[in-house]
Amino acid sequence: MMASKLRNQILTLLAIAALGVFLWWANTNLDGYKIQILNLIAINAILAVSLNLIYGFTGMFSLGHAGFMCVGAYVSSLLILPQLQKDAIFILEPMARPIYAAHAPFIVAVLLGGLVASLFGLFIALPVLRLGGDYLGIATLGFGEIIRVFANNLVPITNGALGLKGIPAYANLWWNYGFMVFTFYFIWRIVNSNFGNALKAIRDDEVAARAMGINTYKYRVISFTVGAFFAGIGGALLASLLTTIDPKMFLFVMTFQVLMIVVTGGLGSITGSILGSFIIVALLEWLRFVENPMNILGFEIPGVPGMRMVIFSLSLVLIIIFRREGVMGMREFTWDGLFSRFSKRGEA
Amino acid sequence: MADRRIILKTPGLTMRFGGLTAVDNFDIEVQEDRIVGLIGPNGAGKTTCFNMITGYYNPTEGQIIFYDDDITGIPTHKVCQKGIARTFQNIRLFYNETVLQNVMIGAHLRQKSKWWHAPFHIPSCAREEKEVRDRSMFLLETVGLANLANEQANSLPYGEQRRLEIARALATQPRFLLLDEPAAGMNPQESWELMHFIQKTREDFNLTILLIEHDMKVVMGVCEHIWVLDYGKLIAEGAPEEIQANSKVIEAYLGEEYVQNA
Repeated sequence: MMASKLRNQILTLLAIAALGVFLWWANTNLDGYKIQILNLIAINAILAVSLNLIYGFTGMFSLGHAGFMCVGAYVSSLLILPQLQKDAIFILEPMARPIYAAHAPFIVAVLLGGLVASLFGLFIALPVLRLGGDYLGIATLGFGEIIRVFANNLVPITNGALGLKGIPAYANLWWNYGFMVFTFYFIWRIVNSNFGNALKAIRDDEVAARAMGINTYKYRVISFTVGAFFAGIGGALLASLLTTIDPKMFLFVMTFQVLMIVVTGGLGSITGSILGSFIIVALLEWLRFVENPMNILGFEIPGVPGMRMVIFSLSLVLIIIFRREGVMGMREFTWDGLFSRFSKRGEA
Repeated sequence: MADRRIILKTPGLTMRFGGLTAVDNFDIEVQEDRIVGLIGPNGAGKTTCFNMITGYYNPTEGQIIFYDDDITGIPTHKVCQKGIARTFQNIRLFYNETVLQNVMIGAHLRQKSKWWHAPFHIPSCAREEKEVRDRSMFLLETVGLANLANEQANSLPYGEQRRLEIARALATQPRFLLLDEPAAGMNPQESWELMHFIQKTREDFNLTILLIEHDMKVVMGVCEHIWVLDYGKLIAEGAPEEIQANSKVIEAYLGEEYVQNA
């Protein structure tokens, strides 16, 4: 028992080291396009893991993720934008003074982005989490839209529809994967503690969970707030990666993409979410070729813009029909599972 | 014998759903360390009484006094913290979790660590989790499910799911246990085992047990005092022999005609 625990810890450290070596290699040998894809995989993994905590582990159907990302993105971007850049982009209305003066290092800005997003999460959770099921989905969806409309209209703070441009591109592979590992670890520890068991109990059977003395409302609020925190971090990293944000970025489509990753990877599986992020982001990029003119069996097919989304949606429909629980289902990838699989094969 | 402490009193407990009076003036006193039963035909309001005592329903009238606390209308999770645990008529396990996790979830409410202790590696949290795990394993041993600890709950056969549900309720460290039809769907052999299991549980955990049951062999075999509910009203109470001989009870179960012709 102890030996396998030690072995697992060593293997985990080795895996992280291997990830580090890979990133170092990627940084020097891959072109900007491929690095961008790797970055997007990490950020989407953060977003997916955080939504998985809310939806996959606690069973709250939340569609407000884009809203939290929006909050995180704006808070952190405003903190890292140099004043010169702020002068340059706020042309509609002058910027509010305290926000103009505010400045913070990148890591502080990202964490603050997450913190403010989690405050919004708490604020929305308190009234809304008395609802359940579809109602919760609709209420959080509305919340996400409200945030976006605010971002559009609070011109002295957000620069309105023009958005923020020239955000310093601090979010490189190291930051993104660093935050991904942090998110993964934090949420992994939560869902594998007995508190996490209580969250899963709420998901499985809320009536029984209450009979077990679990204050389901409070626990759902905590889970929702923690999920919002990491969504804010994901948004903050995304803003710095793309160097430009505007309210239109945080439409419902954004939430939908994260939701797709979670469902593809498996509701209630953290490793599944990371795998799902890899699959979806890679697939979306790879499918770009279908939008180019093609020559199939002598037929010239002109490129159709948006074709990849059609194929993509189709593949999602197929996933839902044939493998509803996603790639991993509720299972997790663990070292123990890996070894027991090998040893079983050895015996056979 | 008569001087046992009263742990549960329900003066004038009444539940109305709109115009329908589901439970009318339900008034019982449960003595400490007893196994007592609540019986009655289908739809008599037995489960409604359970739901009121455990806080799922807020009673229209009356009070629920547990030890010296008035627990009328307090939320379900607080009722559980006070020391009342229950099982459900149609088993409600956490089916996606393992057997051990189910019991650990029951033990969760007595844990002192906060949610953020685990991600930040607070040492006391790891210790406590280990205690919870060990105690849950111990409970699984007492109900004879220890060898199935890592199986998923929905893979268990029916009888074992019942026992798991009781183990989960015991994990909340109750003083008073409510069992809603524990023998439902069991064959005679299984319900005979269940009777002994219930008695042993009472001894091992110093519990008071109130059970709803349709299986008369179980009720008469294990209960020391019985209340009979019919159409939401208490029609009889007493020791098992008295209940068996009570004409009102026979009438409620078998109909008036049967009593006249008998």
